[in-house]
Amino acid sequence: MKKSEIPDPFAAQRSKCGYETIDDQNDPVTMLLRHKDVRKTAHNYKTFTSEAVPGRIVVPSEVNIRDTRQIPFEVDPPKHGAYRSVLEAWFKRPNNAGYQEALTTMVSSIIEEMLAKESLEVVNEFALPLQSRALTLLLNTPFKESETWISWGTHVFRSEGEALDADKANVLYDYIERELDRAIANPSDDLYSVLMQSDFDGRKLTKEEAKGVMVLTFAGGRDTVINAVTNAIAYFADHPKSLKRLRKEPEIITNAVEEMIRYFSPLTHMGRVVTEDTQVCEHAAKADSRVSLCWASANRDENVFENPDEIVLNRKINPHVGFGFSHHNCLGATHARQILRILLKELSEKIESIDILDLKENIEQWGRFQRKVGYHKISVKFNAITP
Amino acid sequence: MAKITFITSDEQRITVEGFSGSVMALAVENGIKGIDGDCGGVCSCATCHVHVAPEDVTKTGEASEIETDMLELDDHADQYSRLSCQLQISEVLDGVVLRVAK
Ligand code: FES
Repeated sequence: MKKSEIPDPFAAQRSKCGYETIDDQNDPVTMLLRHKDVRKTAHNYKTFTSEAVPGRIVVPSEVNIRDTRQIPFEVDPPKHGAYRSVLEAWFKRPNNAGYQEALTTMVSSIIEEMLAKESLEVVNEFALPLQSRALTLLLNTPFKESETWISWGTHVFRSEGEALDADKANVLYDYIERELDRAIANPSDDLYSVLMQSDFDGRKLTKEEAKGVMVLTFAGGRDTVINAVTNAIAYFADHPKSLKRLRKEPEIITNAVEEMIRYFSPLTHMGRVVTEDTQVCEHAAKADSRVSLCWASANRDENVFENPDEIVLNRKINPHVGFGFSHHNCLGATHARQILRILLKELSEKIESIDILDLKENIEQWGRFQRKVGYHKISVKFNAITP
Repeated sequence: MAKITFITSDEQRITVEGFSGSVMALAVENGIKGIDGDCGGVCSCATCHVHVAPEDVTKTGEASEIETDMLELDDHADQYSRLSCQLQISEVLDGVVLRVAK
């Protein structure tokens, strides 16, 4: 097995019965494993709500560590759409040329930094700083803020022991609280200030709502982006020919990014709370129980994807659900896509090959399934293209 | 070459010319409001959804199963819905009128 490979632990169960119930802090979750069920259930917000007690749709559940409702993530239509339309234009800014130029400078300079080193640990020395620096663009905050975020380490909600860590969550909440107070006292053109001035439902957004958006922005885009970036580096280490191919055919980079999102599925699954007794995939789902939409499994569904366990760089038809699906699809997807597109372009132009020196896989445990989602650490050496 | 007309949600009629590639890419290049093409045309995002004028459906042809499955789960879809990233520009499309869904 290649080191960069991400196996699909759900395959057998997906074809046999399509779901699996796992425990989570005595609030069990039925994971839906098939592409069709995942999309249908994601779409049906009336029966499968996101608007439960804050933290309950997340697996592992965060009900014991937070009360703040993440917005628009934990709100259903029609209110969801109203929030979303307040945020949409801001979160589409990554499509602007100026944003992409700034991001290109960031990516290019961090690659140059890494090229100067004998070896580097990708998660902490590359992916985390890159994610944090890029986030200053999304928030439109000073670059130096990224130093604070880098100092938090790779887990905002989880400590190394995987357990839910209320102390770490508090670091983030206190930070956001301070930033919002600053934005209220001294408005600027950053996201905090824009939120505090936004109109919603005939009034301004409240501080608690703004906090809900900011927590989502920080938490949702952290591990996911870090894993995607790290997994991409590991993939290129195993497939130097792919780097060469992207150099020759930069026009397939967009497809390559979508394919990596499918294959990596940086977020394994996301829950919903059942609002009425119903059935999904022949499974009786009781009101007030939980199901989860297993993006990682759906993205390997052999009924939808040919050669699902292979990265096909120029896959043309790719209805993946790596950014979720339907109303609640990822708010940060435009930003994440730009990071990855620019990363692939810059790597392909600067790097000949990558050597993996040492690694420790990050394996999640979901009931009896073990899923590799990325790496705790992976040391590599970047080899520059020699002119 | 094909002349393609988009009608946006604010009732603007914009006619543009394309030679090759997808209708989504043409719309994005021309800044047609409501067509974002987030996934770059791989049938994953549905941000390229259009309604084909009824008299033009013979020109645009049938959607594939993957495209139909995607549209089935779109609240604004109807029998004239297409994902414009799946429409390839050619002479056949000359004169079509597409109403942007978003
Ligand atoms: S551009 Fe994403 S589905 Fe058409």
